[in-house]
Amino acid sequence: MAPVASDLQDAALAAAGDTRAFERLYRAHVARIHGLVRRMLGSDEATEVTQDVFVRAWQKIGSFRGEAAFGTWLHRVAVNVVLTRRAQLGTRRSRFIGEEQVLENLPARPGGRDFSLDFESAIARLPEGARHIFVLHDVEGYRHEEIAGLLGVTSGTTKAQLHRARMLLRRHLGPGR
Amino acid sequence: MNPNRDAWTDRLSEYVDGELDPADRAALDVHLQLCEGCAGTVEELRAVLQRAGALEPDAPGTDLWPAIEARIAAPRRARVFDLRGRREREALRASGPGAWQPRRWSFTLPQLAAAAALLVVLSSATMWAVLSRRPAAGPPPTGPSAAAPVAATVLPAGFEAARYDAAIADLERVLRERRSTLDPATVRVIEQNLLIIDQATAEARKALAADPANSYLNGHLAAQLMRKLTLLRQATAIVAIHG
Repeated sequence: MAPVASDLQDAALAAAGDTRAFERLYRAHVARIHGLVRRMLGSDEATEVTQDVFVRAWQKIGSFRGEAAFGTWLHRVAVNVVLTRRAQLGTRRSRFIGEEQVLENLPARPGGRDFSLDFESAIARLPEGARHIFVLHDVEGYRHEEIAGLLGVTSGTTKAQLHRARMLLRRHLGPGR
Repeated sequence: MNPNRDAWTDRLSEYVDGELDPADRAALDVHLQLCEGCAGTVEELRAVLQRAGALEPDAPGTDLWPAIEARIAAPRRARVFDLRGRREREALRASGPGAWQPRRWSFTLPQLAAAAALLVVLSSATMWAVLSRRPAAGPPPTGPSAAAPVAATVLPAGFEAARYDAAIADLERVLRERRSTLDPATVRVIEQNLLIIDQATAEARKALAADPANSYLNGHLAAQLMRKLTLLRQATAIVAIHG
């Protein structure tokens, strides 16, 4: 993604403490960041973690060099915040929700046109590990090697989990696929 | 084992993503001609990919900015410095408890940034004036380049970076010794900017190692060192005011 001139200018101003410039960056990018966070962590966490992402970006904006697009840099910050949150939530969640919440246990769309869940809801009900990898790879465009590095697993694992996610989701494509 | 699965089922995503090696891909192409189940699965996987790629950004239901602004505004807003002289402060302290109340001046970061920009401009102008007065080593420049302002920042090849290094080292020492008197957020801003300049300087030195006579690279290195010198002067000026 090519750097956007207005973003670069606002990032420089924000690095010098200009909150109005940072607000412009927030408004330009919040939808994409919120979408990422919600798909990765779920609706309950999305609002708070999206705020965390922008606060973290404000704290780190001095390290933004302008070599890539601001959106790319911000996206990377968001992924790191999400993964940190995921680690914090991991233990707590596992007490309440089994790994298989989960799409495998839900009826697939019968007969082709009817379907049990819309696609977004189906993503939300993927097993957590498969969901993170699916969102990063198929929605956000990360490569397996990048995801493996972020998650601390092998790219063989990310490929297997991605395939698992897709195989589950194909049953919930809904009409007009 | 699921009777609808076969040896290729778990590799169909790699096929769709174009990640199979040529031999496996060719074998699977043949298999897909014969296996209706796998061919159907490939189509469904492609539909999943297409659907995923078409997902829209998703704005939050409420405006999160007020909460974000509240979280980011507090820690970075004010930098407080006492601008009176040390003697005045000590005299006031000596006159008894309660007599000395620090005169507090607040600077927002934009104000500090504006001051820094002004300093850069002034420093650059000073450097330009100094360089312009230096006796030329060779014949006086002629032609259009003689009037070009950029000539002032492009130093002759082999300029003495050591002079800058010595001045920078002195200022860095002062800053290191007195950094505890500065607001941590101010220190962080200064250090972030120093880091950026250091990286640019390192790149310039690396390029110069391969081409030491390059006038442009020498000028670029000089500009980076000058930026660092200016920033350090600003920082130590703040330290002097504050301490």
